[in-house]
Amino acid sequence: MNRSFLSVKGVSKSFRGLKAVSDVSFEMPAGSIHALIGPNGAGKTTTFNVIAGVYAPDTGSIQLDGISLAGKRPDQICHAGVGRTFQIVRPFHALTVEENVAVGALRWTNDVKEAKAYAQGVLKLLGLAEKSYVRPDSITLPDRKRLEVARALATKPKLLLLDEVMAGLRPTETDQMVETFRRINGETGMTILLIEHVMRAVMALSQQVIVLHHGELISTGLPEDVVRDPKVLECYLGEGSL
Amino acid sequence: MNRLFEGLPARAFLLLAILAAALLVAPWLVNDYLLSVLIIVLYFAYVGQAWNLMIGFAGQLSLGHALFVGIGAYTSAAIFVHFGIGPWATVFIAVLASVLAGSIIGYLGFRFSIRGVYFALLTIAFAEFTRIMVDHTEWLGSTQGLFLPVANRESIDLLNLRGSPMMFYYVILGMTVAALVLCRLLLNSKLGYYWQAIREDQDSAQAYGVNVFRYKMIAVAISSGLTGIAGVFYAFYYNNLFPETTFATSRSIEMILGTVVGGVGTLFGPIVGAFFLTPLGELLTALTDDIGLDGIKPFFWGICVAGIVLFRPSGLWPWIAGLLGLDKPAGGEGK
Ligand SMILES: Nc1ncnc2c1ncn2[C@@H]1O[C@H](COP(=O)(O)OP(=O)(O)O)[C@@H](O)[C@H]1O
Ligand SMILES: [Mg+2]
Repeated sequence: MNRSFLSVKGVSKSFRGLKAVSDVSFEMPAGSIHALIGPNGAGKTTTFNVIAGVYAPDTGSIQLDGISLAGKRPDQICHAGVGRTFQIVRPFHALTVEENVAVGALRWTNDVKEAKAYAQGVLKLLGLAEKSYVRPDSITLPDRKRLEVARALATKPKLLLLDEVMAGLRPTETDQMVETFRRINGETGMTILLIEHVMRAVMALSQQVIVLHHGELISTGLPEDVVRDPKVLECYLGEGSL
Repeated sequence: MNRLFEGLPARAFLLLAILAAALLVAPWLVNDYLLSVLIIVLYFAYVGQAWNLMIGFAGQLSLGHALFVGIGAYTSAAIFVHFGIGPWATVFIAVLASVLAGSIIGYLGFRFSIRGVYFALLTIAFAEFTRIMVDHTEWLGSTQGLFLPVANRESIDLLNLRGSPMMFYYVILGMTVAALVLCRLLLNSKLGYYWQAIREDQDSAQAYGVNVFRYKMIAVAISSGLTGIAGVFYAFYYNNLFPETTFATSRSIEMILGTVVGGVGTLFGPIVGAFFLTPLGELLTALTDDIGLDGIKPFFWGICVAGIVLFRPSGLWPWIAGLLGLDKPAGGEGK
């Protein structure tokens, strides 16, 4: 029914012999929310980095809205409509929170004033407005994660890649953030792919869950089915989570 | 105009107005010696500003900026000596030549991901390479040096930039103010924000849509172009050029020390640093001349610089701005 918006086909990526991502394929229809889960070291962040153009895949291809992302630089992929956050936050330390977000908005405008005004809107949406004029180093880690989201949102992405942005949030804060993403998704039709350990958020948000283990896709399907999949349970057993 | 003064506290206006007035009347109040010191101060404030744009704004370290001074100086001087064409016409060629050199260095460095100190080494290598080329170029005076006919210092020939020190003073003052204004406008533009993003975290900047290569190239081009203009001034003020000194790495270092002391990445750092270091150097020269001890000046000077770098690592200006209460951005509580 839905033409796929993001299509990942047979993607592999190795680091010096270590297969971080191995022959991974999945599709996302436009406007969908999917979650990418798996134990630490499963290759989730590497998958993001390959989609965002940080690494070229060793094999396989990635298409966004029918256009191949092969050989594109991260900034070109951002312009193509992919906004991403960094699991280990990477703000611009010397800039204020507002300026950090404005840099994202400058993706589509040359007018700094307009970029800052847009940044204010995004900051408000994420509950960061009162922190606008401080430096990122003086806000809490959960706030810095929100800042990552704000910067990515400010680029006006069509596909949003979220890498563990809810880690460290309290349950009520998690629910708030889930609500925010659901609203953005509902209002703008933004496609969202999230890496998340917080199952509360995964279950509440995603229509589909993709499970990676040792770089391989071991299960995919509805959230309630995936959490009952014996293969998934097995790979998490050693970890003690889920 | 609006964008230029936006967000400045009222007392900053007042201080700027006082400073501007003082600099405008200064040459009428001081003697020849002090005037020559002021010219050097402003010269270093200007080149510091140009260098700061590259390292302080965009995070790209150059230790070979004497190259661009040299290119600007030799281009305009050679054309003047051989064809009698004045600097106002040739400054464009000088800028073009400097930008070309800067772009070649930038292209090699940024295309092949030569970062940090290795990029700085590349800039030094190009300055050295150019020095050797000039050494062997008869048309540029080779090792013998290139000399501009010294004109009557009493009359003023603005068109050929021949005239009294007072004329040079106002020219370099105008250049310094223009560079400050340009840097302020750039810093608050998209370009400036992109440069700062690259300086803070290049990979992160790229993820948010910044074409890192392009914006670094723009930074090098503007910085080398501005520095090339300083070279034109240098040639016509000093009237002689020698490759050994013009392209020397010590010259490049001399150009940047003021900014390091004043505050890298700040708008007033290069100016504050120049006003601090140059007179300090002159004072030490005067004092140590009396004592008759050679080598004592660089010794004290080095101690001063080291002391500031140790105790005010972000430079004098952020500290002074804090004391004057000028560091609060209008938009919020600041830091
Ligand atoms: N840049 C890199 N260089 C070398 N190894 C890497 C690099 N990035 C990731 N890896 C390795 O790839 C594997 C997958 O890592 P990652 O994608 O970060 O996992 P996840 O995000 O699922 O926790 C890990 O074993 C990790 O050590
Ligand atoms: Mg990860």
